[in-house]
Amino acid sequence: MQRAAGRRGSDRPWQSRIPLLLAAPAALALLFLVLPLVGLVIRAPWSAAGPVLASTSALQALKLSMITATISTIIVVLIGVPLAWVLARPGLRGASLLRALITIPLVLPPVVGGVALFTVLGRSGLLGRPIYQLTGFAFPFTPYAVILAQVFVALPFLVLSVEGALRAADRRYEEAASTLGARPVTVFRRITLPLIGPGIAAGAVLAWARALGEFGATITFAGNFPGTTRTMPLEVYLALETDPGSALLLSVLLLGVSVAVLVLLRDRWVSRW
Amino acid sequence: MVAELFADLGVARDDFTLDFELQIGAGEVVALLGPNGAGKSTALRALAGLLRLTSGQISIAGRVVADPTSGVHLAPYERSIGVVFQDYLLFPHLTVLDNVAFGPLAQGCERSEARRRAAVWLARVGITDLANAKPRSVSGGQAQRVALARALATDPRVLLLDEPLAALDAKTHLLVRAELRRHLGDFPGATLLVTHDPIDATVLADRLVVIEQGRAVQQGLPHEVARRPRTDYVARLVGLNLLAGRGQGHRVLLPTGGSVELAESAFGDLYVAFRPAAVSIFVHRPDGSPRNLWSGRIATIEPHGEGVRVEIAGAPDRRSSVLAEITPAAVAELELVPGSEVWAAVKASDIEVYSGD
Repeated sequence: MQRAAGRRGSDRPWQSRIPLLLAAPAALALLFLVLPLVGLVIRAPWSAAGPVLASTSALQALKLSMITATISTIIVVLIGVPLAWVLARPGLRGASLLRALITIPLVLPPVVGGVALFTVLGRSGLLGRPIYQLTGFAFPFTPYAVILAQVFVALPFLVLSVEGALRAADRRYEEAASTLGARPVTVFRRITLPLIGPGIAAGAVLAWARALGEFGATITFAGNFPGTTRTMPLEVYLALETDPGSALLLSVLLLGVSVAVLVLLRDRWVSRW
Repeated sequence: MVAELFADLGVARDDFTLDFELQIGAGEVVALLGPNGAGKSTALRALAGLLRLTSGQISIAGRVVADPTSGVHLAPYERSIGVVFQDYLLFPHLTVLDNVAFGPLAQGCERSEARRRAAVWLARVGITDLANAKPRSVSGGQAQRVALARALATDPRVLLLDEPLAALDAKTHLLVRAELRRHLGDFPGATLLVTHDPIDATVLADRLVVIEQGRAVQQGLPHEVARRPRTDYVARLVGLNLLAGRGQGHRVLLPTGGSVELAESAFGDLYVAFRPAAVSIFVHRPDGSPRNLWSGRIATIEPHGEGVRVEIAGAPDRRSSVLAEITPAAVAELELVPGSEVWAAVKASDIEVYSGD
């Protein structure tokens, strides 16, 4: 015990020395990330906070954002984890091509993503037209379109995060489970999922945050109708054109809610063995 | 008797071919011994179903579990096997108890029943107090016991152990080996133990199978293999000098040109083995009449246990070498250094001769 304590003690002074060459840019990066948030909080007209934040349109938009982002995240997890699993299988043909396809929504401007969704699921789109002719239902300008747009942009975050976790995980645990009589589905549920749990959690948080902030694809594909497709980012953007003060307040509200959710989830989910 | 495990293992890869037969009876422990890269782990993975055979057949308790000619390949979970992996692979997110209960649970036991069975196994291997510990917090020896309990908790017909003692330090090694021997003795099924350690193999196994480059080169009871090695690898493992040649009465002619004198007459393809300690070293040609007297030059001098191993190159002939084991005092007295010209003598009565068939 004493030796272990001594070793740890002698480690510390070495670890605490951060060279200036790294400390300066690191501090700059931190400032760059934090300062805009500080500006937001400082410049927000707090005296007008009550009426703006309690307004029907703000609450409607917040509620829509929360609900759609959460549903999108659930969908993303349900279809993204299996995709990541397939992608991480050793010896998969065309894996690098698949991976490139999956990263496209990451580099695509969201507005273009919205247009692309329109060509497929719009009322006269490739799939949208037969769906409309059969059922009379069309995605655009409905909350479903909001969710589709969010899934489109958020899915890659989860897939890449989970695939990374799968690659980092020791797949021999799965072999060990198999020799103990576990069928593939049991192995996946009881061994693979717990092993990559932290990766799924991290990916889901990223996906949720991305869905919550989604703007371009939403406004293109889902439109901007109060109560049905006008999410918080759209509300902020609209407010900015007419009343910059309330845009600041709404931004702070969105910031506060998302930070609170992330902190809560972090405590609950990210527990390690 | 129908063997509990019968395997004709054929695995062909680009640069490696595995091809040998293995039969293990119920209650029998067979050690698969071989140098690194001989195919031991490949054989174990093929038996477990983690690797497909390219030819041959495997049957467990009379049931064919792999037969590429008829397209049979049962998955590991359908084979009734238990595997103890080299680094144990205990599931890090489950407690020790739940690791052991995993098998029974996967086989359809109720959770409470699975836990009860796991508790019985933990008691059997003597680690009941670790039931609620996570694998990362247990020692190497304890992890080995958990791995063994986990593999046995499914009541497999065949138990496969991949270097089960390799990850342990020297002191734990002896202790865990003694326990493992007891548990293997209690196990009613067939056991295959993969190891590169001849002592572990001898202590734990009823029978040895030695493979080199994917083929079985020797098998038999441990003391037989130890006394009559058939390859250089086995000879080195058991610490004997081994020469192969052709018997012509009281003399064996070596293909390299030399010869070895025998106490009795022998004919045909033969192996000649003798202990390094039976080799005496002289600086000057001795007067007595040891039947075998070879001149050579010292190649290496290395400590070995309490004595010293001396490799003499050029004996019995220019293209051979023999190992001698002498005391450190003798090394000093004879002023031996690498390069010294010496005479090596072996009494004919100290030489073991056996057929090469």
